[in-house]
Amino acid sequence: MKTEVIIIGGGLMGSSTALQLALRGYKCLVLDREYPGRHASGVNAGGLRRLNRHPAEIPLSVAAAKIWLNIRDLLDSDCGTQFPGQIRVAENESDMQKLEARARQVEKLGYHHEEIIDREELYQLVPALSPHCLGGLMCRDDGFGQPFHALTAFRYKASSLGVEFRIGARVDQVDQFKGDWRVQTPVGSFKAPILVNTAGAWAHQISQNLGEPVPLSPGSPMMMVTERIPRFLDPVLGAASRKLSFKQMPNGTLLIGGAHMAKLDFNRERTEIEWRKLAVSARTVLALFPQLKDVRIVRSWAGVEAFMPDHLPVIGPGLEPGIFHAFGFSAHGFQLSPVVGQVLAQLIAEGMSEFPIEAFTIERFSSAKLISKQKVV
Amino acid sequence: MFKFLQDDPAREWVNIFIDGEAVLVPDQISVAAAVLYQKKGFTRMTPVNAAPRAPLCMMGVCYECLMVIDGQANRRACQETVKEGMKIERQMGAGEQS
Amino acid sequence: MKSHYSLVIIGSGPAGLAAATLAADHGLDVALLDEQNQPGGQIFRNMESMPASRVEILGGDYQRGQELVEAFRASDAHYFPETRVWSLNTQGEMGLIEQGMARMISADKVLIANGAMERPVPFPGWTLPGVMYAGAGQILFKQAGLVPMDGVVLAGSGPLLLLLAWQYIRAGVTIQAILDTAPLTNLLRALPHLPRALMAHHYITKGLEYQNEIKRAGVPIIKGISSLEAQGEMSLERVSYRKGLQRQQIETQCLLTHFGVIPHVYLSRAAGLKHHWDHHQQCLRPVSDEWGETSSRTLFIAGDGGGIGGARSAEHAGRLAAFQILYQQEMLTKQQRNQLAKSDRQWMREDLHIRPFLERLFHLPPALLNRLPDNTIVCRCEEITAGEIRREIASGHDHSNQVKFITRSGMGACQGRQCSQAVAQIVADQSNQVISSQSLYRVRPPVASLSLGQLASLFPEEQE
Ligand SMILES: Cc1cc2nc3c(=O)[nH]c(=O)nc-3n(C[C@H](O)[C@H](O)[C@H](O)COP(=O)(O)OP(=O)(O)OC[C@H]3O[C@@H](n4cnc5c(N)ncnc54)[C@H](O)[C@@H]3O)c2cc1C
Ligand SMILES: Cc1cc2nc3c(=O)[nH]c(=O)nc-3n(C[C@H](O)[C@H](O)[C@H](O)COP(=O)(O)OP(=O)(O)OC[C@H]3O[C@@H](n4cnc5c(N)ncnc54)[C@H](O)[C@@H]3O)c2cc1C
Ligand code: FES
Repeated sequence: MKTEVIIIGGGLMGSSTALQLALRGYKCLVLDREYPGRHASGVNAGGLRRLNRHPAEIPLSVAAAKIWLNIRDLLDSDCGTQFPGQIRVAENESDMQKLEARARQVEKLGYHHEEIIDREELYQLVPALSPHCLGGLMCRDDGFGQPFHALTAFRYKASSLGVEFRIGARVDQVDQFKGDWRVQTPVGSFKAPILVNTAGAWAHQISQNLGEPVPLSPGSPMMMVTERIPRFLDPVLGAASRKLSFKQMPNGTLLIGGAHMAKLDFNRERTEIEWRKLAVSARTVLALFPQLKDVRIVRSWAGVEAFMPDHLPVIGPGLEPGIFHAFGFSAHGFQLSPVVGQVLAQLIAEGMSEFPIEAFTIERFSSAKLISKQKVV
Repeated sequence: MFKFLQDDPAREWVNIFIDGEAVLVPDQISVAAAVLYQKKGFTRMTPVNAAPRAPLCMMGVCYECLMVIDGQANRRACQETVKEGMKIERQMGAGEQS
Repeated sequence: MKSHYSLVIIGSGPAGLAAATLAADHGLDVALLDEQNQPGGQIFRNMESMPASRVEILGGDYQRGQELVEAFRASDAHYFPETRVWSLNTQGEMGLIEQGMARMISADKVLIANGAMERPVPFPGWTLPGVMYAGAGQILFKQAGLVPMDGVVLAGSGPLLLLLAWQYIRAGVTIQAILDTAPLTNLLRALPHLPRALMAHHYITKGLEYQNEIKRAGVPIIKGISSLEAQGEMSLERVSYRKGLQRQQIETQCLLTHFGVIPHVYLSRAAGLKHHWDHHQQCLRPVSDEWGETSSRTLFIAGDGGGIGGARSAEHAGRLAAFQILYQQEMLTKQQRNQLAKSDRQWMREDLHIRPFLERLFHLPPALLNRLPDNTIVCRCEEITAGEIRREIASGHDHSNQVKFITRSGMGACQGRQCSQAVAQIVADQSNQVISSQSLYRVRPPVASLSLGQLASLFPEEQE
């Protein structure tokens, strides 16, 4: 059977899309230059968060949360998911006001997943927290999963339905050939009527090649993880006015993120930890949990992710027929990934999606089409 | 399992506590050496399968010698020198932080 | 400690000591850092505080150590003991813990002289208390005068195993047996390189001298053994092995193993230096030239951290790196450098003659790793077995980084220092790849202990 869809990039977005297309009977080929999960999809913080999403993302995120709660039904694996809730902590009055305003905004949109919790409940849920906090905003069944396991589960399930994955297949060139899209890679050239661009932090190179330049900037958020310590924290924590994502994993290690960026040499694909900024993360954690000062950091790393100027992804058809994009998740794409696959598969199979995706069109950068090449890359 | 050579008459001895028990050991030695000198020569029970472990490399690279030293968990016993009155506990699982 | 030096040297073994003394004597502003509390490195550990009778037992090399340390103490080099380097980059910036306090410093040039570590080789039962590395046994001896009480079995291969046996005998320790895992074919492969090796004959004579004394002491040396196993309930009770077709065992409470030493490449890898896989030494080595220059202009490497050459070579390599740094810092002309470095270069060239012989003689038999029984723990920290690793390779994870992500092997406290080689080898064997510089887990900083509090204390000027 002839390949109907070529997917460039076998991260979460590419694999999820391949799976959803395979479920609809499409024959897909996923091309990746690296082993699966080499980039953002394999090394992210695994946060499953609806909390504090941009209003435009809420419908997708709410739908994704439902899938994650029963992820085994889709992927035959629970992907290490747990749902102890996520909380943004208020450390002072102005934080609290900010969170209350946010809660009202979400209610107004007709959603009820973000709730204000008072001081008493906060300390019931997080007894180890430094006593200065006043309350928080909580999503009760938000949680986390294991990204590499989730990616592997998407891939295995998609493979079992006939999707073909090729690694070492860096797409260098895209063009049209007798009505098909054709891609050149070191392992051969491939063609299909439909082309999906899920190339993560490299997606702008593909879209540029297609004549659809976007102001994507690659960035590399840093993470660190500590040695195991006895269990003291269940929910995932963020803070209202600090950069933080903080959780204790089931094995006892602490996973600390907060979107502080490493130095990135994009062309050589090398990241270097920026200790100056990671020190800020450590201070944030210690401000909330001073008792952790002697806990040892065992490793830190950074993943390469695609950031858009408005921090919203591009999801939807390209300017040319047969082209579809899903990239630019700006460090919060893990949670959305099961739904992004559905959206693209619906667009490809039915020409429209059940989800509102107007905010994610590539056309919003159309004026950006004028940006010079140098600026884009 | 291990014994001290009687090759250093000038050596001074210090009192330390291993799991609450007072023991006398030469000063200047590592905590790991002090524990290996005991009958129960293990330093910790692992967090995954609760298996006993003892120092392996003595040079700080294997992390098998993790112990709770003066209330601090996850210290490498081979990298710490004994001090008079030091309280050393075998680390059970992830260890208790104090 | 200042925040900047012309030269920072990491490690005070023979390489670091020789380099620091030489550079300081030529007027360079040098800092020497070491996590130990005394200079000397692995070979000359606890040099300054060791009782004379123990020095005597440990043997003649110690004389040289004393000279090195004394010359260093007499120089103007700044010495920072109990100072651990946990990060390094190619701009010469380093993160340190100095006696418990974290700080960042920088240098125009950095010499990595961090030495070697013992090659980890998993085998059934290697996690039992009572099983240790031979080098660890030697450290206990050097540092504490602590030796096995009721007999010990030594197993593996490599010069350090013989040296320790020889030292134990002199200390009156009962060695129940030496189990030599080097296949008999190693000797055959090594012999053609013997004539060349004799050009650096001091090694061979020393090796033979050790062997003779061990035999004279009546210690059984059992050659060509395989399938080594440590057995016991809560601690070691017996060692079992195969000799020919027969399985045999020895009751013992103490087994010390040794499979050679490998460069401790965590710092050089974290710094992003180029490395290559040395098929003869069976380890990863930073790429460097005879002057210790690496793929970065700022970073130099000398001693066993750059490739295994032993203590004497380390000393010469340290001096060569110092000469080159002095030259690049315009404190020596090229002619001066060449003139002064003559005898060190000569020594290094001669020393190369012995390597092919030794490397073949002590070549690690691949069977040790690829015939590992499925239930053997490979990753000690996360307790991941060979079987679990093989299962993931079979299901398509054919790089050790993938195996790491999916099984957690290499993610524990030691950060893969003990399992990375074995996992890479298992992956390579099972998926028919040749092991290369890309085969090991990626290295993630910090490369030495750093607590949240220590990290938080850094860059105080940025504190809110
Ligand atoms: C450190 C970090 C923490 C994060 N934490 C969270 C979190 O807690 N919660 C959350 O929801 N999200 C989080 N994210 C974001 C999330 O990981 C990403 O949004 C998501 O993984 C993006 O998936 P992707 O498939 O678009 O990208 P990727 O995983 O980067 O996949 C893109 C793939 O395309 C391949 N590719 C690129 N160019 C080509 C080419 N020319 N030819 C062939 N293949 C190509 C790449 O090799 C890569 O495998 C985090 C990200 C990072 C980096
Ligand atoms: C356990 C062991 C025992 C050995 N015993 C002998 C022996 O008895 N005889 C013999 O001939 N050879 C021995 N060797 C071989 C040894 O590698 C060489 O003989 C010689 O010591 C190499 O010298 P060097 O200067 O390269 O490194 P080393 O002597 O190993 O010195 C390296 C120094 O760097 C320090 N260091 C490492 N990392 C850091 C860091 N991140 N921050 C700060 N300091 C750091 C270490 O504490 C050490 O003092 C032994 C090797 C090992 C691993
Ligand atoms: S014994 Fe290996 S780290 Fe202490």
